Amino acid sequence: METHANETLLRWIVLAPLLGAAVIGLLNRRLPRRVAGLLACATVGLSFALSVVVFLRMLGLDPEHRRLTDILASWVAYGNLRIDIGFAMDQLSAVMALVVTGVGFLIHVYSLGYMAHDDGFRRFFAYLNLFIFSMMTLVLGENLVMLFVGWEGVGLCSYLLISFWFDGEANAVAGKKAFVVNRIGDFGFLLGMFLIGVTLLPHLAPGEGAFSFAVMQHHAPLLAPVATAIGLLLFLGATGKSAQIPLYIWLPDAMAGPTPVSALIHAATMVTAGVYMIARMNFLYVLTPTAMAVVAAVGAATAIFAGTIALAQNDIKKVLAYSTVSQLGYMMLACGVGAFAMGIFHVMTHAFFKALLFLASGSVIHAMSHEQDMRVMGGLRRKLPVTWWTFLVGTLAIAGVFPLAGFFSKDEILWKTWSSGNTVLWVIGFLAAGLTAFYMMRLVSLTFFGTNRASEEVRHHIHESPATMTVPLVILAVLSIVGGWVGIPAFMGGGAHFEHWLEPVFAGGHAAGTHGAAHAVHDTTMEWILAGASVAWGVLGLLLGWIVYTRRLAVAEAGRRFAGGLPYRILENKYYVDEAYDGAFIRPGYRLSRTVLWKGIDAGLIDGLLVNGSALAVAVVASVLRLFQNGMVRFYAWSITVGLTVFVLYLSFSG
Amino acid sequence: MEVTMTHYLVLAALLFLTGMTGFIVRRNAIVMLMCVELMLAATNIVFAVFARAHADGGGHVFILMNFAIAAAEAAIGLAILVEIYRRRRTVNVDDLKALME
Repeated sequence: METHANETLLRWIVLAPLLGAAVIGLLNRRLPRRVAGLLACATVGLSFALSVVVFLRMLGLDPEHRRLTDILASWVAYGNLRIDIGFAMDQLSAVMALVVTGVGFLIHVYSLGYMAHDDGFRRFFAYLNLFIFSMMTLVLGENLVMLFVGWEGVGLCSYLLISFWFDGEANAVAGKKAFVVNRIGDFGFLLGMFLIGVTLLPHLAPGEGAFSFAVMQHHAPLLAPVATAIGLLLFLGATGKSAQIPLYIWLPDAMAGPTPVSALIHAATMVTAGVYMIARMNFLYVLTPTAMAVVAAVGAATAIFAGTIALAQNDIKKVLAYSTVSQLGYMMLACGVGAFAMGIFHVMTHAFFKALLFLASGSVIHAMSHEQDMRVMGGLRRKLPVTWWTFLVGTLAIAGVFPLAGFFSKDEILWKTWSSGNTVLWVIGFLAAGLTAFYMMRLVSLTFFGTNRASEEVRHHIHESPATMTVPLVILAVLSIVGGWVGIPAFMGGGAHFEHWLEPVFAGGHAAGTHGAAHAVHDTTMEWILAGASVAWGVLGLLLGWIVYTRRLAVAEAGRRFAGGLPYRILENKYYVDEAYDGAFIRPGYRLSRTVLWKGIDAGLIDGLLVNGSALAVAVVASVLRLFQNGMVRFYAWSITVGLTVFVLYLSFSG
Repeated sequence: MEVTMTHYLVLAALLFLTGMTGFIVRRNAIVMLMCVELMLAATNIVFAVFARAHADGGGHVFILMNFAIAAAEAAIGLAILVEIYRRRRTVNVDDLKALME
C-alpha cells in the first residue's frame, strides 16, 4: 500500500453541513427564516469551497499520490477486524465531491426562493443539509462501511424529503415506497459487504482495515473466487439506489417531494451513488466478467425501458424522472462495459443538465400555481424567458447535441460500448438516445410552445421566478454547455482530460482485469461516424418531437389513435409494472403477513402460546400450590414435621 | 440401675415429641411458644449428652447459644402475641390468617 497524505480539511467538508443541519434542526422555529436559509447555504458553500481547496492541492501532487486521507477515530477494532471513521479523497471522490457540493449549493440557493412561503422552511433546510452531509460521507468515506453509512443516510434523507409534505397521503406513501424498495437493495449491499469481510479477514494482518478501499484493492486477488457473487450483491444495492430494473419503481413516485429535492437527490446526486459505488469497486468488478455483463445489460435495458415510459407521461416531473432512470441506465452501461470514467463523466454532466431541467420545471410549476400536468401548460416561452432558455439548453444537452455537455459523455459511453464489442447494447443505447431527444422535445413543446391551456385564473398568475431561482438556473445552464469540455475525446483533438484525471483510480482495475476498455478498438473513423450518427439521431428526435407536438397537435392525436390506443395505454401505465409487483409481491406479502405472520405467529404463537401460555402455566401451578398456603399455622408445622421426618428417614436408610 | 447415655437420649426424644405434638395440635399461640421451648430444651439435653460423651466443650457452647436464641424468640414471640391480642382479642392461631388472603 502506498502512503497517503493527510488532509484534515476533509472532515470539515463533511461535517460543515452536519453542523448546519444540527443548528437549524434543533433551534428550528427559534431561528429566523432568513438566518436558517442563509446558514444552510453557507455550510454547503463552505463545503464546496473546501472541496475546491483540497482539489487544488491535489492538482499540485503527482497523479500517483493524489489520495488524501483524514482518519478521525477507530470505530471497530476487534480481532483483526478494523473499521475507521475516516475520509479519503482521490480523483474519483474529488469529482463527486465537487459535483455534489457545487450543485448542492446552487440548489440550496434555488430553494431559498422556491420554498420561501412554505411552513416547513427550516425543517426543509435542515433535511437538505443533512442530505449533503450523508452524501459527502458516502462519497468521501474511507472504507466501504463508511460509504454504507452515507448510503443509508441519503436513503433516510430521501425518505424524509419525499414525504416532506407529509399531510398528503400520496406523499407519505411515496416516501415509504422509496424506503422499502431501497431496503431490498441495501440487503444485497450488506450481504456483499459480509462476503467481502469473511473472504478477506482470515488473510489480513491485524490492524489492516478489511473494508478500506485501499486495502481491498491491494488484496483484490483474494476476492477473485467470490468476485461474481460480491459484484452481483453490491449491484443489487446499486439497482435500488440508482433506480435500475427491477428496483427503479420508487424513483418516479419520489417526485412527490418538493422540486429542489427531485433535482438534488433524485436526479443529480443521490441516485448516482450506485454508479459511484460500482466505479469505486472497479477493482472488484474487473475480476468478474459475469457481473460486468449483468451490470451492462441491466443498464442498457433500463435506459430503453424507462425511455419508452417517458414518451407517454403527462406529468412534467414524471417525464424527467423516467428520463433520469434512463440516464442512470447509461451510467450503469458505461460501468458494465468497463468505461468507469465515462460513467462518472456522465454522472457529472447529467448532474448539471438534469438538475437544471428539474429546477427549471420547478420554476414552471411555481409559475403555474403548482400545476404539473403538461396538457394544461403551453405557451410559456414568452412569459418565462429565463426558464425557457435555460430549459432549452438542458434539453439540448440531454439530447446529446454537439457541443453541449451531454454529447460528450453520452457519445463516449456509446463509443466505449461499441468498441468493447457489445453491438447489441450499443443499438439499445443508441435507440434510447433518440427516445430521449424525442420525449424531451415533447415536454418542451407541450410546456413552452403553442397556446396556454390553463384556466384564466392560473394564467393570470404566471410570472417569472425570483432571482434566487433564476440565477442558479443560468449557472447550471452554463455548466450544461461547458461542463463536457473537460472531457473532449482525443479523436476530436481534445485532451480527454477527464478520463486521464480518473485514470489512476481505474488503472489498477484495468491492469488486473481482462475486460472492457483494455480491449478498446482505436478506430478514429468509426468514432467520427458514430458521433455524427448519434448527433444526427438526437437532432432527428428533437425535430420529430417538435413537429408532432407543436406544428399540429392533431398529429399527436392521430398517432395515438394509430397506435390503436393499446401500446400507448401500456406506456402511459408504465407497463403495469407497479400493478405486477403489487400482484406478485405486495398482495402475497400482505396475505402472508395477515394469515401466517400476524394471525399465526404473532397472535397465535407469541401472544397465544408464549405470553398467555406462560401466564396460564403459572396460574395452573399456582392454583395447586395455593392449597398449601391455607393460613393454618398448625398445618405448616405438620408439613415441616412430616417433611423433616421423611428427610431424616431417607438420610438414615439411603446409607 | 446405671443411668446411661441412652436414657438421656430417650428422655430428650420424648421431650421433643411432646413439644412437637403440642405445637401441632394446640391452637393457643402461647402454648405453642411453650412447646417450642420444650423442643429447644430437648436439643439442649442432646448437646449436653454428646459433649460429655466426646469430652468436647463445643456442645456446651451450643447450649449457651440455644439459651440466647430461646430467650430472644420468647421475647419477640410474646411481644408479637401481646400486640396481636390487643388488636384481635384472641391468640387462637386458627383465627389468624390475615396474611393468607
